[in-house]
Amino acid sequence: MKHMGLKLAASHLALATLLVASPAMADGVPAGTLIENTATAEFSDADGTPQTVDSNTVTVQVDELLDVTAAWQDGSAVTIGNSSAVLTFEITNTGNGPEAFNLTADPAVTGNDFDVTIDGIAYDTNDNGIYDDGVDIILGAGAATPSLDADAALTVFVLVTSPAGVADGETSAVNLLAEAVTGTGAPGTSFAGQGVDGSNAVVGASGADADADGSLIARLAALTLTKSASVLDPFGGSEAVPNAVVTFTIVASVGGSGSITDLTVSDAIPTGTTYQAATLKLDGASLTDAADADAGEADSSSIAVDVGSAAAGSSYTITFDVSID
Amino acid sequence: MFSNMIKSSALALFAVAISVPVAAKDNVALSGTVQVERTITDNGETKKVLIAPEGVVPGDRLLFTTSYENAGAETVENFVVTNPLPAAIRLANADASFDVSVDGGKTFGELAALQINDPETGQRAAETQDVTHIRWTLESLQPGVKGKLNYYGIVR
Repeated sequence: MKHMGLKLAASHLALATLLVASPAMADGVPAGTLIENTATAEFSDADGTPQTVDSNTVTVQVDELLDVTAAWQDGSAVTIGNSSAVLTFEITNTGNGPEAFNLTADPAVTGNDFDVTIDGIAYDTNDNGIYDDGVDIILGAGAATPSLDADAALTVFVLVTSPAGVADGETSAVNLLAEAVTGTGAPGTSFAGQGVDGSNAVVGASGADADADGSLIARLAALTLTKSASVLDPFGGSEAVPNAVVTFTIVASVGGSGSITDLTVSDAIPTGTTYQAATLKLDGASLTDAADADAGEADSSSIAVDVGSAAAGSSYTITFDVSID
Repeated sequence: MFSNMIKSSALALFAVAISVPVAAKDNVALSGTVQVERTITDNGETKKVLIAPEGVVPGDRLLFTTSYENAGAETVENFVVTNPLPAAIRLANADASFDVSVDGGKTFGELAALQINDPETGQRAAETQDVTHIRWTLESLQPGVKGKLNYYGIVR
């Protein structure tokens, strides 16, 4: 009786939804639902008395449909330097029952200029769509996602590291594959009793798996150092004779794209020469020889200029003088 | 399907045995079955077959059949069979053999003639997905007459 009351309430609800909601019913019928059909005949008998007869009720259970979609979320290629990057995907359970999914990230996609290393797969626990280290949960090896309700989506992050030897502008893709834990296969494949409420689980049109490629592009800065020397001899000429002054010029150019950090240019004072005090300059501005607040320092054996961060396209010119002994 | 029929006719017999005045009601029987349409490949040819469903999934096309029989000796008049659609089923297509209701069984008519009053989007023509009930109307059933009424539904 209680069961019947429940059913009645449920069908009232469904009716109300039908009457007021927009015509399209977006979601599939939930797995485990019982479809029950009964016909009723009304007629008048020979005496003209109204009579009613019900048919038996035929019942069919809705099986669990296993379906999934995967989509890459970043929109444009994610830049990767010498270190790590994060690719963002979304997995949606398009089936009609709760299901967990096994995730596999494959860095070796045909057409890649380089293949990254997969450091891990994580999922968004705070629903902000951004990977938060230490907050979002990294799935252990072979671990599936949490169970997703029908039509629920999960944001998934693939954490990658670039290999050595990647050149600026090279591209790579990582393929993320999601597979229903219950099973995958040709559409229509049935897993007896493995659906909701003892129903069967049936592979849907997706094959119960879905994959998507996420793109990466290498943004690497490259440093070029060019050193030149000019000589001024004591006689106004350019002969490398004792007491002639040699001005060394080092041009540090940052090419490629992106930027480099902690750039320090240093050079040894050549044997047979003596550093000329207070001649160290960066882009024409003098630097003190002492190791102090400015970028330069120099002594009898070497000079060093701490440029710091340098963006691609910039260049730095360092000059200093030595005299030939 | 066959076992269903046996079961319901056994029930009907039992009813006849215990009721003293034999009313027409006891002589009119309705029996329902459901089949699912499946596409099979046979010798490279794909064709659709109707089989008894073990389970169904959203999008499946089901054939609901109601068999009727007047097993009595008297004609019954104004024989009307009403079939509320299960909430999980939408009507696949309208059919001239039956009228439909889109208001929970209050009024019936041809689908093309019915309107839906949506408080948000206003009035529009009713569609198969709006159908809540199906009704077949037969003038009378002579003694011994039997037949089948059916409709196709799609799992929502």
